[in-house]
Amino acid sequence: MADGPSTELLKTALYDRHVAAGGRIVEFGGYALPVQYAGIVAEHNHTREAASLFDVSHMGQVVVTGPDHATTIAALEALTPADLASLAPGEMRYTVLLNDQGGIEDDLIITRPAEGQAPDGVMFMVVNAARKHHDLDFMRAKAPADIAFDLRDDLSLIALQGPRAAEVLAKHTDITETLGFMQAGPATVGGFAVNVSRSGYTGEDGFELSIANQDAPALFDLLIADPLVEPAGLGARDSLRLEAGLCLYGHDMTDTVDPVSAGLLFAIGKRRRTEGGFTGADAVLATIAEGAKARRVGIRFEGRQPVREGAELVDADGNVIGKITSGTFAPTAQASIAMGYVPAEIAREGEAVTAMVRGKPIAGTIVKMPFVPQRYFRKPA
Amino acid sequence: MTTRYTTDHEYVRTEGKIGTVGISNYAQEQLGDIVFVELPAVGASFKKGDEVAVVESVKAASEIYAPVSGTVTEINEALSDEPGLINSDPAAAGWIFKLELADEAELEGLMDEAAYADHTA
Repeated sequence: MADGPSTELLKTALYDRHVAAGGRIVEFGGYALPVQYAGIVAEHNHTREAASLFDVSHMGQVVVTGPDHATTIAALEALTPADLASLAPGEMRYTVLLNDQGGIEDDLIITRPAEGQAPDGVMFMVVNAARKHHDLDFMRAKAPADIAFDLRDDLSLIALQGPRAAEVLAKHTDITETLGFMQAGPATVGGFAVNVSRSGYTGEDGFELSIANQDAPALFDLLIADPLVEPAGLGARDSLRLEAGLCLYGHDMTDTVDPVSAGLLFAIGKRRRTEGGFTGADAVLATIAEGAKARRVGIRFEGRQPVREGAELVDADGNVIGKITSGTFAPTAQASIAMGYVPAEIAREGEAVTAMVRGKPIAGTIVKMPFVPQRYFRKPA
Repeated sequence: MTTRYTTDHEYVRTEGKIGTVGISNYAQEQLGDIVFVELPAVGASFKKGDEVAVVESVKAASEIYAPVSGTVTEINEALSDEPGLINSDPAAAGWIFKLELADEAELEGLMDEAAYADHTA
């Protein structure tokens, strides 16, 4: 069956490994994936202390092919607000797909292949699992006919995340020495051809390894055999990314939220803010000029009680002024933390906010994000 | 002293008219790491099936229902600082509240150990 939704859960190439390792399987983005193995808190803490292995094969790996580099870049710059023309070979950039109203259709990472890795005119892209078919339809409809978008269902994606991830990977390849945060390139890991990128969504140093489906289980076995490495599931991934202050599509950003409100201005290249020329530019540039009405903020609540997605934020008179989009009791921060939207006039550090949980007010304060310092590995210039 | 279970995985261990309520080992395994417990007020009265407490894991909140009708006589304050006691020792240190039973006959409607073992098998 080609592109399209299926009622039956899809399995990644690592499904049997998850079951064998004691993973508790749940549905996520149409896939059967482990929410946890030993426990979310233990996996979360292990990722912050050593290194964890996550199966992120459900995400959409897309190869974009055009007649030459300039044509492909022009097509992708018409689709997204990123400054892609400035990407050097082997560099990657986080950005968003926008609709005509400036709403976020998805967030994604676009990579320029390393020197000699792919023919001229090819770019790589990783999009969210639940959005991949939607994104392909959206991009194909808007892009010129000479730009092809191929969803690479034949590839798996394994994330190795944590402060000791580089030490682990360096036992099998020397590419770790050359890559800084948001850089990528081809490597041989354990005899397998892998595209390695120094990226992830946990706030820690780490790598994402793109590999042929048939080789993925053996690569998983190789890395998990390292005493520093434990498998981790979707639960830990969610608490880690929340502590890192990172947005989750469908929760902290949706197709009715613009990137200015979402605090994702960094996803819009500086040059693009003056030049425009991307889908949704009129709306987004107007919002930049006028300022957003509501903004995403980080909130730290008193006590241990989690304040979860959907909880309302109220003012002193009990009027609803905003809503929580992600929240939990965070294992590393050891606090009840959340992200949510509040009116722009109070969207600053130190403002008091109140959330309602089961009819009870919970006092909180707007704080700077990330909640836990990010530890990306940036190469010295 | 007998222990009975609800289909929602609460247990009530009774000594005379006092019942100690918590969640089963099976339930704590299903919930995963518990990070917060919303305890009832001492003196509050509940009917069988009323929502009494809330147990929250990293991922979700789960309501705890009164297994039998009664009045809360004591709450496990230790859970405020250490909610993980429910994971490590659900049947003993991880108890949630005690209540004085309004109608001991209500226990007859609950499962015994063997029936509960079948229920979760």
